[in-house]
Amino acid sequence: MSILVDKNTKIVVQGLTGEAGTVHGNGMLEYGSAVVAGVTPGKGGTQWESKKGVKVPVFNTVEQAVNATGCNASVIFVPGAAAADGVMEAAAAGIPLAVCITEGISIMDEVRLRAFLKEKNTRMIGPNCPGVITPGQTKLGIMPGYIHKPGDIGVVSRSGTLTYEAVWQLSALGYGQSSAVGIGGDPVQGTDFIDVLTLFNQDPGTRAVVMIGEIGGTMEEEAAAWIKANMKKPVVAFIGGQTAPEGKRMGHAGAIIQGGKGTAAAKYEALRAAGVTCVQSPADMGKTMKAVLEGKTA
Amino acid sequence: MNLHEFQAKEVFRKYGIPVGKGAVAETPDQAAEAYTKLESPVAVVKSQIHAGGRGKGTVYEKDLKTVRLQGGVKLVKSAAESKDIASKILGYPLVTKQSGANGRVVRRVYIEVGCDIDRELYLGAVLDRKAGKPVLMASTQGGMEIEEVAHKDPKAIIKEHWDIGYGLQGYQARRVGYALGLSGDTFKQFYKMVMAVTKMFAEKDCTLLEINPLVITKKGDVIALDGKMGIDDRAIELKKQPDLEAMRDVGEEDPTEYEAASYGLNYVSMEGNIGCMVNGAGLAMATMDIIKQAGGAPANFLDVGGGANKDQVKKAFKLLLANPEVKALFINIFGGILRCDILAQGIVDAVKEVDVRIPIVCRLEGTNVEIGREILKSSGLKITAAADMADGARKVIEAAGLKR
Repeated sequence: MSILVDKNTKIVVQGLTGEAGTVHGNGMLEYGSAVVAGVTPGKGGTQWESKKGVKVPVFNTVEQAVNATGCNASVIFVPGAAAADGVMEAAAAGIPLAVCITEGISIMDEVRLRAFLKEKNTRMIGPNCPGVITPGQTKLGIMPGYIHKPGDIGVVSRSGTLTYEAVWQLSALGYGQSSAVGIGGDPVQGTDFIDVLTLFNQDPGTRAVVMIGEIGGTMEEEAAAWIKANMKKPVVAFIGGQTAPEGKRMGHAGAIIQGGKGTAAAKYEALRAAGVTCVQSPADMGKTMKAVLEGKTA
Repeated sequence: MNLHEFQAKEVFRKYGIPVGKGAVAETPDQAAEAYTKLESPVAVVKSQIHAGGRGKGTVYEKDLKTVRLQGGVKLVKSAAESKDIASKILGYPLVTKQSGANGRVVRRVYIEVGCDIDRELYLGAVLDRKAGKPVLMASTQGGMEIEEVAHKDPKAIIKEHWDIGYGLQGYQARRVGYALGLSGDTFKQFYKMVMAVTKMFAEKDCTLLEINPLVITKKGDVIALDGKMGIDDRAIELKKQPDLEAMRDVGEEDPTEYEAASYGLNYVSMEGNIGCMVNGAGLAMATMDIIKQAGGAPANFLDVGGGANKDQVKKAFKLLLANPEVKALFINIFGGILRCDILAQGIVDAVKEVDVRIPIVCRLEGTNVEIGREILKSSGLKITAAADMADGARKVIEAAGLKR
């Protein structure tokens, strides 16, 4: 079992003919994902060919792609200036899941996008995220597929490389993943921890969850309150940025401590109080999950 | 990106937000001249730095020990006094609550007409991340830091979220004005100001906007006595705000961070002695954390990004090595899209070209890791391999000569 995506997910890649779209279009096809369409305005009617010779039709609009292929998820590789427009287009075309990989969208565009999506039935993952993968079935994004293994641990994270790190540790210990979701490192996101935890909580194929937060905002604190009230499965959490100075943006646009708020310490405290098993060292995420599942920690 | 007060006020004027007459001076003579031109018996000389708390700050000699002047904002009543105060401030570090211990060297002062203050209010706007929209904040406790008000008396802050598509609505502006106890012509002026402020916030890609204090004069006029604006860096990168980009003051930024950004690298200076080179922001933060937990101190945050090329790796090396405090380097790479073999070759080439004389510990994992490790091993360079993050942190601290 899995959340959000599985082998039946039919993918349209917005920006497929661009540099990033081409690299990761190939990566997704090689993993076995059903990439059925591409969208690049001005290149409608052409075909994009993968390194292995798979031909994918390219459309001018998402609407045309939906009508012609029945695609039900979009992965967006459109550059920052036009990415919000790209997500809106996917939502307007009725695509239920839009995974926005793009980093560097302006905050005002993200604010506009959030308001736009409120009126639509589209879930956005990201922006500025690695995407979503259901191991052995499909990947929508840029993560290295081979480190994942099918299994029953859910992973949700604000960071790309730390998700890989967690997945790597889990896989090395023999724990596969039901799905791994990168929700992205921007200040205004389409999907938050609570959304993903809700899905993992309902998914019979998920036994436990690794949650990776970082400094900035209050999403982890909100998740902690939700976990305390609702979560039926064990959660192991790591928060990045314990040593980050106040007022400095740590790479991610959303990773900043402001006015004393958004510290790792405050997030750990909230999570601990909610019964989450907290990991202080990023090297111990896998080990700690193993201990929890074997009943060796509280 | 932050703006100076005088720059923010330039933008305010374009939006019809009332500010006092003022002029910028970079020398004491210019400060005297500015006073004369303002034709006001009372003027205020204000230090221009990117840190709050200037009024209560202290101007020091360059040794940061001897006090030159208490307060970075001073009232003056003559051209001679304006010149004198400016000469005490310009070229010297101003240390404030927000400036850090070394303060900021003041390179400009802003001379502004004085005004008869009846009341001081607070008006500001920030992005509310949870709501996904900006929120307007106002309080009757002007002059105080909003964080302090929020801590002591959260109910004293009037909040109003608005939708940037529709813009702030009249009823919302009225609600805030009445809550502040305003009436008559003052209320009307405030209403206009709030409308302009929220419009400007969205149009100018602000992340932070503060008018603290917003002053009601004895005549009942509303004036923005101070102005603080933070601009979304990504809007700047996307060239959405060329006029604001032109106001960028590189002198207020960390030179290494600025240089790194010009190479497409994310770098933040820290005070430790273990240089870090990592791919991905989350892993880079986690690497700093694990170094600290192992008993060391990171010298920096550095994210070379998911698609770093050889040239960027080389530039990253140069930046890290330019810091004399750095005693050892920790390279922590999880090769996803960035393949380990390419990265390893980049490291080897860079180390040969840059002449690295401090120990390097490298942890490689991910795509093509075996080839990558072999490249490092057969290079003949003294690069210590680490089995995982924790092992790497231990080894780099040992290499730096700092036993746990």
